[in-house]
Amino acid sequence: MKKNYGTWYTLPLAVWISLFFVIPIAIVLIYSVLTRDYTGGVIWKFSLDSFSALANSSFIRATATTVFIALVSTAITIVLALPVAYYMARSRSNTILLLLVVVPFWVNFLIRVYAWMAVLGQEGFLNDLIRWMGLTNEPVTFLFNIWAVIIVHVYAYLPYAILPLFTTIEKFDFGLLEAARDLGASHVKSLTKIMLPNVQSGIITAVLFTFIPILGSYAIPDLIGGTDSTMLGTIVALNLRTGNNWPLASAISVVLTIITSVGLLLYFLYNQRLEKVHLQFQEETK
Amino acid sequence: MTRRPRVSRAVYWAVVAFLFFPLLVLLFYSFNEGKGFQWMGFSLRWYQKLFSNSRELWASVENSLIIGLSAATVSTVIGTLGAIGLNWYKFFGKKYIQAVSFIPLILPEIVIGVSLLIFFASNLRGIGTVLDGLAATAPLGVAQLLMVLAIPFHVELGMGTILVAHISFTLPFVILMVLARLSEFDYSIIEAARDLGAKELDILFRIIIPISIPGILSGFLTAFTLSLEDFVVTLFVQGPNSQTLPLYIYGHVKKGLPPEVNAFSVILIVFTMVLMFSVRNLLKYMVKSK
Repeated sequence: MKKNYGTWYTLPLAVWISLFFVIPIAIVLIYSVLTRDYTGGVIWKFSLDSFSALANSSFIRATATTVFIALVSTAITIVLALPVAYYMARSRSNTILLLLVVVPFWVNFLIRVYAWMAVLGQEGFLNDLIRWMGLTNEPVTFLFNIWAVIIVHVYAYLPYAILPLFTTIEKFDFGLLEAARDLGASHVKSLTKIMLPNVQSGIITAVLFTFIPILGSYAIPDLIGGTDSTMLGTIVALNLRTGNNWPLASAISVVLTIITSVGLLLYFLYNQRLEKVHLQFQEETK
Repeated sequence: MTRRPRVSRAVYWAVVAFLFFPLLVLLFYSFNEGKGFQWMGFSLRWYQKLFSNSRELWASVENSLIIGLSAATVSTVIGTLGAIGLNWYKFFGKKYIQAVSFIPLILPEIVIGVSLLIFFASNLRGIGTVLDGLAATAPLGVAQLLMVLAIPFHVELGMGTILVAHISFTLPFVILMVLARLSEFDYSIIEAARDLGAKELDILFRIIIPISIPGILSGFLTAFTLSLEDFVVTLFVQGPNSQTLPLYIYGHVKKGLPPEVNAFSVILIVFTMVLMFSVRNLLKYMVKSK
């Protein structure tokens, strides 16, 4: 008789993940519809105050800024990551090329952010350089604006886009490109019409891996950004750590979770459809 | 012949330059005589200061290492067992475990931080207070029992809560890595062992674990790195005396980091590179010698 040990193997995992993930998330959901206690914490009385506070103009602006920063950074990241991954996949020495992309990310995330402050700061490298070249004596403010925030996000999330793209492009049959060229397609056309559709799953993974973390970003807008780049993460942290508005922090977390879940759902639906198409294709070609 | 990928090559090298540029700037300033980012001349004084007079920095590194190693260990044990169960068995609640184990992978980190802080700071303490209240009115004997029960609920934010948080968000990565390894493995070997009379524990320790060592190792390393890297979740669940390296940097960065941090970063980069290359060669060696 075969005994089933599955429950035993997964018991610690089930307990841990329920206690320290499912329950806390459930609490956040509940807290988002409770009343704020000004001394911190909540009063157990149903209230939609925090959700109606979300209709506040400053919050709407922060949401718009967050989505804008996430969209633009993700777009730039993908546009840069695609040729990088393509070049790596086509090269024979791709281990070294891969290492060169990954090595900078062995440095602590905050040190990397700080390095950008050293580059862009008032007293930083670029200003030093400008002064040394005699272009201007007034320090230029590169930091504390939305474009600096976008640059650093691109910097921080590039490898998260390059790696999944590299793994899918590597599996792509480059012979198809040659076939397209032989049939008269231009170089650009063969890339956009043949390769891009074939590596779609990698592109989607890369988008998810960059877009979602940027949505919840906190350190970068806090350190690099200014008044024009307040993101949702900044507001959450402010309300939770100093503002003592737990229901509002919870409500924003709920919004972030909903945005993420919708994205994920679309991803899974799309993947299922893709699989179906593949199956059909295999059936037909049999 | 296809055309040589000229455009993509140019973009690749531009991106690599972009990735290295800020780090080279740090390297440059680590040798700066002056305190700020203005070049005052070459000097090794910050390297000297780093090793003679930077207690707070090293204490934070120590905390990071303690938390990283413990979190990775616990996470690897729970995650490996979980992956084995998920890979080969059907049981009640499997769908639930599969679903909730992978959600933390994709949820914005800040949401995990918020939920754990609220969980630690309010509900657990609330239960503790209720138990204490009950103990005050309960008859002797029961009262003692209730007070003992209340102890784990009096949570103080600090190393402990950071550890719990790090185990939680590194678990999915360990499960993924071990699952990837297990899925290549032929289940009939286990059936054969079982038919020959092997006990489940024998199978676990003599077959499954040895075979999944590469997955377990990469799971451990990933968990360890993620723990060292984490800032957002740690920021929320931190307490007094639990400053990790990212928290140290964050705490000082706004008023200007002490320059020895530049020197530290350079040493860290060199150290990680040496470590990674030796781990890589070790793994290669292990694979070859099999």
